[in-house]
Amino acid sequence: MIEAHDLVKRYGSTVAVSDLSFSIRPGVVTGFLGPNGAGKTTTMRMILGLDAPTQGSVTVGGRSYRDLPAPMREVGALLDAKALHGGRRARDHLLCLAQSNGIPRSRVEEVLRLVGLEGVARRRAKGLSLGMGQRLGIASALLGDPAVLIFDEPVNGLDPDGIHWVRTLMRTLASEGRTVLVSSHLMSEMALTAGHLLVIGKGALIADTSVDEFTRSSSRQSVHVRSPQAAELAARLREAGATVRAGSTSRAAAPVTGTDAGTGPGVIEITGMDSAEVGKLAAAHGIALSELIPVKASLEEAFMELTRDSVEYQAAGVTR
Amino acid sequence: MTGAAIAPAGPDHRAAFRAATFADVLRSEWTKLRSVRSTFWALAVTVVLGIGLGAAISAAAAHGYAKSSVSGKLSWDPTGVSTSGMAIASLAIAVLGVLFISSEYSSGMIRTSLIAVPKRGRVLAAKSLVFAVVTFVVGEFTSFAAFFVGQALIAGHAPHAALGDPGVARAVVGAGLYLTALAVLSVAAGTLLRHPAAAIAAMIAVLFVLPGIAQALPDSWRNPVTEFWPTQAGSQLTNVHHSAHTLQPWPGFGVMCLFTAIVYAIAWTLLDRRDA
Repeated sequence: MIEAHDLVKRYGSTVAVSDLSFSIRPGVVTGFLGPNGAGKTTTMRMILGLDAPTQGSVTVGGRSYRDLPAPMREVGALLDAKALHGGRRARDHLLCLAQSNGIPRSRVEEVLRLVGLEGVARRRAKGLSLGMGQRLGIASALLGDPAVLIFDEPVNGLDPDGIHWVRTLMRTLASEGRTVLVSSHLMSEMALTAGHLLVIGKGALIADTSVDEFTRSSSRQSVHVRSPQAAELAARLREAGATVRAGSTSRAAAPVTGTDAGTGPGVIEITGMDSAEVGKLAAAHGIALSELIPVKASLEEAFMELTRDSVEYQAAGVTR
Repeated sequence: MTGAAIAPAGPDHRAAFRAATFADVLRSEWTKLRSVRSTFWALAVTVVLGIGLGAAISAAAAHGYAKSSVSGKLSWDPTGVSTSGMAIASLAIAVLGVLFISSEYSSGMIRTSLIAVPKRGRVLAAKSLVFAVVTFVVGEFTSFAAFFVGQALIAGHAPHAALGDPGVARAVVGAGLYLTALAVLSVAAGTLLRHPAAAIAAMIAVLFVLPGIAQALPDSWRNPVTEFWPTQAGSQLTNVHHSAHTLQPWPGFGVMCLFTAIVYAIAWTLLDRRDA
């Protein structure tokens, strides 16, 4: 259980996190989602006592991280897999961490086996590949067999095999009743691993919801229609209260107007009405339809829609 | 692999865990120190140059003794000659001490360390203690070895010293103690400055540059510097003979320890307060 109350972090005049409150429950993978620069890492650093909150507080299992008697036994964390001394052998790296929390040496061998690094345990950390380094970081998080796990972008740099392994691991950890917080800037990644979502943008909470609910509430549904009488249909649909835009084949964002009747590509996108209603309306007016397709926005699009206003840096001139 | 259990007994065996202690952090820091190559090289330099340079200077000075002036003979200090390699040793210890913590900052390891041990003062205390003990053992060994090798080379060519002579045992032991205080000062400086290059530069300035500059100053400025500059004052413990405008051996060493304590306290406070 991780609980944050009105968490604020300011660096000078920059607000990294503002009034963030949440509680992360055990037994489910919680995806911590937000564009780059949204404050995910800063929040995690505050949970782990690396950064002091400007205001507010955050606790793990009811206690502030710095007050945990044996932190690694309660919280396992991977913020940055490269945060280690490159000249130290993988096994020694894990050993010094284990020792600092009174974790027996035998556990080092266990986690090395668990992440599949027993073959390179004697290699110095700088000689490990990106994927192996990530596995070493995960091994260090698992050392204390903790009830709470925090991973910052754990699949970054992993090959497909490694990505699959991490996803399975996250779900296994959660199914064992642990609290698992995983950050990502990719909605598609979270859709595959997480059961719950915490979405932030520009340091503020945007959504705290289950993945299913998020999909249901925010995916914009539309209806794609092709018709030789598209302009007439568009007019009828607007009368009925639907929103109509020129279809995707024309790529124009401007609404269809009556002037291009018969000459346009004949494709329109309708929102605010489902495909059955569109079909009935067309039939009632004797309008022929050559295509009628319900379109569901992907989770990725829903996420981008949600966080569009809070993206720190946006490429100029890109319209969607 | 994906089917492997994360814990042999499941999460429930967590109930058995005990609180982490300072002794745990000491063990951890010892593992950190012995598991990087820079430790081996710096300590090898300390021992080899500390003894070897002392031996070379002893041999050369002893052969020149007969031809030296009366004043040269009067100020002949066989103990000081035999342990003159310790200056290089002090540089190696200072660099290693600074790197012991600042390399954690440059690599990012410090974040991993502070997540493992969020009671940050423990990390600094354990690092300082482990490094001080290692330096004390290596320093005393080097100092005594350099003394005996040096005296053996001097004997027969010039008057040599014995441990029983007044002040000699204290000076030889003092050379190791001086390195030990320097070790703690270096770890504190590394913690304070965080950047390896900056911290090493600061230690070189404290050890060599500023005392060197002081030599060029008028007496009214130079004397208080040679008297109270921490490393100058501390090094009085390693001298058999007392020279003008310097503190007595133990008070001098006290000044160095006091300075180290102040730097350590600032480092402790900043480590605790700063975002890592």
